[in-house]
Amino acid sequence: MHKISQPVIKKDHIEKMSGDAKYIADIKIDDILHAKILRSTKAHARIVEIKIPKLEDGYYIVDYKDIPGENVLKVVTSEQPIFAEEEVNFIGEAILLVAGKDEARVQEIIHSIEVVYEEEKAIYTLEDATEFTSEYGYKKGEAEKAFEHAAKVIEETFDTGYQEQAYIEPQGVIGYLQDNKVTILGSMQCPYYVKAAVVQVMGYEENQVQIIQTTTGGGFGGKEDYPSMLGCQVAIATAKIKKPIRLILNRREDMAVTPKRHPAHLVYRAALDKENNIIGMDVEIKLDGGAYAGLSSVVLQRSLITATGVYLIPNIKIHGKVMTTNTVPNGAFRGFGAPQSLFAIETFMVHLANKIGLTPLEFKEKYLYKQGDITATSGKLQFPVKLPEMLHNIEDMSLYKRKKEQYTNQSGRYRKGIGMAFFLHGCGFTGSAERDLIKSVVKLVKHEDNTLEILSSNTDIGQGLKTTLCKVVAEVLEIPLSQVKFINPDTDRVPNSGPTVASRSLMIVGKLLERAAKRLRDNWILNKYQVIEEHYKQPYMIPWDSNTFSGDAYPTYSWGINVVEVEVDTMLATTNLLGVWGVYDVGTVIDQTIMKGQMEGGMLQGLGYASMEKMENLEGVIRQASITDYTIPTAKDTIPFETACIDNPYEDGPFGAKGAGELTILGTAPAYIEAVEQAVGIGINCIPLTPEKLLKLEKGGFQL
Amino acid sequence: MINFFLNEENVQIDCDPSFRLLDILRDKFQLMGPKEGCGEGECGACAVIIDGKLINSCLVAMGSLNNSKVITIEGYSKTDRYKVLERTFAEAGAVQCGFCTPGMIMAAEALLSVNANPTVEDIREAISGNLCRCTGYNMIINAIKLAAEQGVGLW
Ligand code: FES
Ligand code: FES
Repeated sequence: MHKISQPVIKKDHIEKMSGDAKYIADIKIDDILHAKILRSTKAHARIVEIKIPKLEDGYYIVDYKDIPGENVLKVVTSEQPIFAEEEVNFIGEAILLVAGKDEARVQEIIHSIEVVYEEEKAIYTLEDATEFTSEYGYKKGEAEKAFEHAAKVIEETFDTGYQEQAYIEPQGVIGYLQDNKVTILGSMQCPYYVKAAVVQVMGYEENQVQIIQTTTGGGFGGKEDYPSMLGCQVAIATAKIKKPIRLILNRREDMAVTPKRHPAHLVYRAALDKENNIIGMDVEIKLDGGAYAGLSSVVLQRSLITATGVYLIPNIKIHGKVMTTNTVPNGAFRGFGAPQSLFAIETFMVHLANKIGLTPLEFKEKYLYKQGDITATSGKLQFPVKLPEMLHNIEDMSLYKRKKEQYTNQSGRYRKGIGMAFFLHGCGFTGSAERDLIKSVVKLVKHEDNTLEILSSNTDIGQGLKTTLCKVVAEVLEIPLSQVKFINPDTDRVPNSGPTVASRSLMIVGKLLERAAKRLRDNWILNKYQVIEEHYKQPYMIPWDSNTFSGDAYPTYSWGINVVEVEVDTMLATTNLLGVWGVYDVGTVIDQTIMKGQMEGGMLQGLGYASMEKMENLEGVIRQASITDYTIPTAKDTIPFETACIDNPYEDGPFGAKGAGELTILGTAPAYIEAVEQAVGIGINCIPLTPEKLLKLEKGGFQL
Repeated sequence: MINFFLNEENVQIDCDPSFRLLDILRDKFQLMGPKEGCGEGECGACAVIIDGKLINSCLVAMGSLNNSKVITIEGYSKTDRYKVLERTFAEAGAVQCGFCTPGMIMAAEALLSVNANPTVEDIREAISGNLCRCTGYNMIINAIKLAAEQGVGLW
């Protein structure tokens, strides 16, 4: 084990344990006004009239007419209005904001406002959708030829549902004005995203907007873009009313209006030769983007790049679109488009194996990526791929092969099954986005008392970043961890080191800090204030062409294998977990306990995605908009997991670390589905697989 | 006037008996440990101990409190028992975003105070009303198990 991997007490452990950590709702400001949003109740309509009753003093309405800059939310592109003007495109879209001293009274006012709509035709499902906001495709080899020459072509379709991040802290922000400047505090992943959005909406100068992250109660991607929306709404209101304002969503509102994992429809076709080798694959992916594009184009890119998983397929053709529907816009959730594709490719490979009479593992092993292989996007796997070693480890832990054989041909009410999934995660942003768009900068400050402070815009949202970044610095300088601090970022103090997304923070920003710490070590002057600044430098990559989707899509990859073992009560269609295993390659582990937390948490989220987390929209209304209706796993829904990491240091990550956070969610869903399939002997092409759904399939599904 | 004991101190408050305990704790007593995760009794982030039992404070009406003993994380964190949990939660890596943590600690105390030597299944049951989206629970379960082992004699 590397010395740095030794677990430590997390930097924020004591304050989080004692309840002293201040989350956004815990911040009290005198004379603060409470804000609530009036939202569209129609999926697609023109706003004919808004009837607002006369308000008493101290209560205010804020709408699009109060926006000094542009009425549009800056995400990848800018298209979603902050407050609707003449039309609404989904149920839950913001129309106006009401603010006042008494929260209950504000709520009453919201209820008393009447919006007159003229309804228009709305599209609710992927099936009905015809318009799209983005479309990409790419090829490797000659897929058309492969299909022409195929001895056999096998096609299957897969469907995946919504998944709600369900961070336990709902989203919220507070805003106030001070000396011609607006300050936004909030629960968020990306302070500089919020800043850019507020600058655009307010038409302010950069130095007139300050964003401060408050201790954030989970994000999982859900607090990547939406805090920008809340930040803009509150900035506009604060500028108009000139009082501090607080906008904190309640759980139902949060679940109904914030972005979720995209439902997806995926069509996979494989061309097989006479010996049943895969000679080509053709994949078509449609994501339900909801009413506005938001981050969807980037999510789709990752779905497409990940479409063939960890397999070397000689000829491929991949294509996909983000479809527009009149539903809540979807966005980032841990895995960011990859969980859909990996569920599909892994399940497809199992089905192909079954059809040609090999075990899934025998079949998959023939195609596993190796170092030096050409990736789907015609990049190159530059670094060691340790899947064989990982496979060996997980086989030792889970006895997958023996059980797979043992569980064939069962009868009786209770039947067992086991599944194994392979996956990879491209670390960080696609292509050269780090170099061309993000351009991270960090500062390492040495105060006169020789304590150090990290200045970075990255956020600890529970993943332990405060601790891991400080560990990197302390380890380089060989000083106690307590001598390095990293407080919640404030854009007035920290440079833009980019967002906390894409499993990039530790790998990319950690590397900058490692370099900064080395420079400081070489120039250390006792008792003197010193500042070291570092800028991102791109490691060697085969240049990425975003038009043809060719080149190295990511600087490197993290890898994983999961095994899930289940027992199904075939009468009630309920499933019990018997075993869950994971082996991961995240380069060097920066803290074993923190990494274990990522594995445990991510694997359970993946199991929830596969089995119980069902969310649907019915004519544009999210039907499960509460924790009562949308069930996430509880302590009773899980069992002890067994996990391990293999060592595979990556030269461009700090101490060899690669991305870790998202990787951990990717494999348990397909492994779970393979296990259930084996138990029940029926093919499954959709998640979540609830007991109701499984009952239906038991009656009418296809036999394996 | 509603009279109750808050973290071992006798307090009175004059409020609408239908007000939620969670709001009173947070707004009137500035006790921010109990969190609002759902407001519907489903997440346990607002959990406190009332007369020895784990209760979601978002579902408690002030009127129902007369003379009850309410313990929140702020009071509990001064105890020796808490010190053990603080240590074992660190050791087991049971805290990520921390939003569920005060409620989890309350759940741990409510369990350990009646069952000083719980099985893993007892612990699962005891925290099953407290949602955690970050940790996957097993590390929390380990932390509580370790606390029972390391805190022999305290519970
Ligand atoms: S806030 Fe009380 S149970 Fe969720
Ligand atoms: S630590 Fe985040 S919800 Fe439990």
